[in-house]
Amino acid sequence: MLEQCEGSHAVAVAVAMCRPEVICAYPISPQTHIVEGLGEMVKDGSLEPCEFINVESEFAAMSVAIGASAAGARAYTATASQGLLFMAEAVYNASGLGLPIVMTVANRAIGAPINIWNDHTDSMTMRDAGWIQLFAESNQAALDLHIQAFRIAEELSLPVMVCMDGFILTHAFERVDLPEQAQVDRFLPPYAPRQVLDPNEPVSIGAMVGPEAFTEVRYLAHAKQLQALELMPLVAQEFRQVFGRDAGGLISSYRSDDADTIVIALGSVLGTIKDTVDDLRDAGHRIGAIGITSFRPFPIAALRSALSQAQRVVVVEKCFAVGIGGIVSRDVRMALRDRPQPVLAVVAGLGGRAITKRSLQRLFLDAMADKLESLTFLDLDWSIVNRVLEREKNQRRSGPVAEGVLRDVGSVASRIG
Amino acid sequence: MDALVKFYQTGTFTVGNRLLAPRQRTVQANTERTNSLNSGHRACQGCGEALGARYAIDAAMNATQGQMIAANATGCLEVFSTPYPETSWQIPWIHSLFGNVAAVATGIAAAMRVKGRENVRVVAQGGDGGTTDIGFGCLSGMFERNDDVLYICYDNEAYMNTGVQRSSATPAAARTATTPALGPHPGNTFGQGKNLPRIAMAHEIPYVATATVADLHDLERKVRTAMAIRGARYIHILVPCPLGWGSASNDTIRLARLAQESGLFPVFEAMFGEVSQVSKIRRRVPVEEYLKPQRRFAHLFGKEPDLATIARLQAGADRNILRYGLLEPME
Amino acid sequence: MFEVRIHGRGGQGVVTGAEMLSVAAFLGGKHAQAFPSFGSERTGAPVVAFCRIADSPIRLREPIMAPDALIIQDPTLLHQVDVFSGLKPDGYILINTAKTFEALGLSDFVKGFRPERLLTVPATELALKHVGRPLPNAALLGAFAALGGLITIDAVCSAIESRFDGVVARGNVAAAAEAYRIVLEQEHLAEIHHA
Repeated sequence: MLEQCEGSHAVAVAVAMCRPEVICAYPISPQTHIVEGLGEMVKDGSLEPCEFINVESEFAAMSVAIGASAAGARAYTATASQGLLFMAEAVYNASGLGLPIVMTVANRAIGAPINIWNDHTDSMTMRDAGWIQLFAESNQAALDLHIQAFRIAEELSLPVMVCMDGFILTHAFERVDLPEQAQVDRFLPPYAPRQVLDPNEPVSIGAMVGPEAFTEVRYLAHAKQLQALELMPLVAQEFRQVFGRDAGGLISSYRSDDADTIVIALGSVLGTIKDTVDDLRDAGHRIGAIGITSFRPFPIAALRSALSQAQRVVVVEKCFAVGIGGIVSRDVRMALRDRPQPVLAVVAGLGGRAITKRSLQRLFLDAMADKLESLTFLDLDWSIVNRVLEREKNQRRSGPVAEGVLRDVGSVASRIG
Repeated sequence: MDALVKFYQTGTFTVGNRLLAPRQRTVQANTERTNSLNSGHRACQGCGEALGARYAIDAAMNATQGQMIAANATGCLEVFSTPYPETSWQIPWIHSLFGNVAAVATGIAAAMRVKGRENVRVVAQGGDGGTTDIGFGCLSGMFERNDDVLYICYDNEAYMNTGVQRSSATPAAARTATTPALGPHPGNTFGQGKNLPRIAMAHEIPYVATATVADLHDLERKVRTAMAIRGARYIHILVPCPLGWGSASNDTIRLARLAQESGLFPVFEAMFGEVSQVSKIRRRVPVEEYLKPQRRFAHLFGKEPDLATIARLQAGADRNILRYGLLEPME
Repeated sequence: MFEVRIHGRGGQGVVTGAEMLSVAAFLGGKHAQAFPSFGSERTGAPVVAFCRIADSPIRLREPIMAPDALIIQDPTLLHQVDVFSGLKPDGYILINTAKTFEALGLSDFVKGFRPERLLTVPATELALKHVGRPLPNAALLGAFAALGGLITIDAVCSAIESRFDGVVARGNVAAAAEAYRIVLEQEHLAEIHHA
């Protein structure tokens, strides 16, 4: 059924239809509306049976989910940014134990400096934790991916995080097609655990494993993610049969079959990229885009195939690894390590800075003219950076960096973009 | 004959269960006990925690007809009970992290509730480190929500598994690896302590109790009482650690008794924040009798005993006796 | 694609207004995307919200820098924030005020724009009259419907009813309807003036 609503609401409705049994979360912008929506549904009885638990920290949230999942309940939580870091130990614990928890990460930057706006730093900090990471391009994709997430998680006994851009998607009102409960029930059977805490069949979960077996246990986690590479396209196919639309899978491609230049990105910026691609195509340029839906496991084979004819690859990413450069671009480069195509890293949109069609157009034209460096920080204001560096060179007590920069930038309230 | 006869265990402790009617005997006395923490675990000789855990969990299993699930924090108990690929636990058991066992237990309890299996009870267990320090936030959260979890803290007064470092439960003047017996104030500082039973009481949860491995009947009774109650419950058990305390491995139970009889470890029950019952001290001992057998207090004794510090420790014991009314009034 | 930018202050319902506008467009069979310029919750601070309306799915995700229409909920922002930034030459300006453009000190500024697209409506007064609270967003939507073509007043009323209940909904609908009439009247007069 078509509805015009907030992204958070769409996700809450989709999650509720997946019949979660235990929901626990700690508030953090910009995930709050999702959890509030689910809380309301539990309180007014429209989502039942379900236990909704208000926890005292994100660490507690993931821990409650661990206990619930280990005891056989379908468990869900949501967080962002600082909260994801605060639960980091538990995030690793959940995947290490093989518990099929589903979590929404409303992507947000990580401080210092504190910043509530969107970028992908938070999810990237957990990319090696063993969770499956899916990125949504739109609110429709976000709600669809959550439904697939429970299915994938429970089939593999591996937790899944669905990443959606904070504010840009979570707080945007747009048209979505909400599914019927019957469709979701057909697609997602009740949770049948591989391991469960049950007095009738006692098991010990969470033993200490020493050097003699740790490698094997950890490899098995990797093996499961490789299984996910096979499973996810099949789940997407089944999703199409039941719901009548495309969602999920490993990557999506837009006008890239005959493209010389291919742009790769994750999440909502793909929308703006597609508009830019259309404009450039109208001007005669052979350019296309690929969206990575499954960032972990990283779809090496699918990307190699999709990028085989491209002359150059531009990776636009909302994150970067301090001291070395891009994150997504490094994974792409690794996938193409034996190929001659340049992989150009573009770091953009950090801390919620708008990525505009105008900037992207200029960027892609530079790329196509082979004028792009291997690492670019899009729309970086070099004058501010240089002023700070100069100030630090000249005085020891140069003051807090962030405050100094904000002074240079001027009043923020009056700006639009 | 209906006269009430009090048996006092002295010396060899051979007077006990055999003179009681079968239904008054302890769970441990029964060959049919669960033996939830089975033999073969890797605890040290004389480990108070292994003893306390077996006592408590067997009592819980008995009280719940075997319908319970346990969560365990990282620490000695978890490590010595589950050396891969073996496990000593005869019950469903999960170890997640160091600081989250209260939250994990909350999750298990929620799962049981949502599945309509509320007859399955949940026990969370952790050491003093995992309870009073790193697990404090999650514990407080569980208390505040009044989740249906019995949390048992096995208090050996330091981080034993990692090499005897101090925790916020370490008593004043005790030597640990991070509060060495050096300088003008050897051993742990005299702070205000961190009294978890009183903090639990401040949360006004339905049931709080302290116990030691020296009084099995009392410990089992408290676990049984706790299991008859729904909501957040907390039992704090003193479990001497021969290794960390520097005591003889056959002194574990005796030291636990001396801790209670000196007044340093008050044994009591509280309900909804009010003390409801105390175990009176039958034979009061000066703190020295408790401190002397432990090498972690050795720096207080010797050729020039640190009388001032011993006096301060005695004052602490005296305060507890007054506060909880641990002595029978003089006739 | 038609792009609308709404300026106001936190607590005035700027974001809700953009969302209701998108719902009204949706009810008319269009695609619409509404989102705020995001900040921490803070009453009184300048807030901007955006709404795009189109006949095909909207993929673009950037702030609206070159709006087709501006809705200014709080005229105290006029000389504080660059509210007119990027407005297209034949763009619409709808200001919540009982004053005229002249009285607001804007006559020089608006010289380059189409006069029949410069509209004012006393939305706060209408809100106070019909709802009892100074929240002008619903009334402004009614006024916006009168700009013709994009959304209908019926869709606006349905959007209001989807967001509010009972007395508040009815009051807001009444305020929107009156605002609609006022702006239609203004446009009519402007046309006569031009003809």
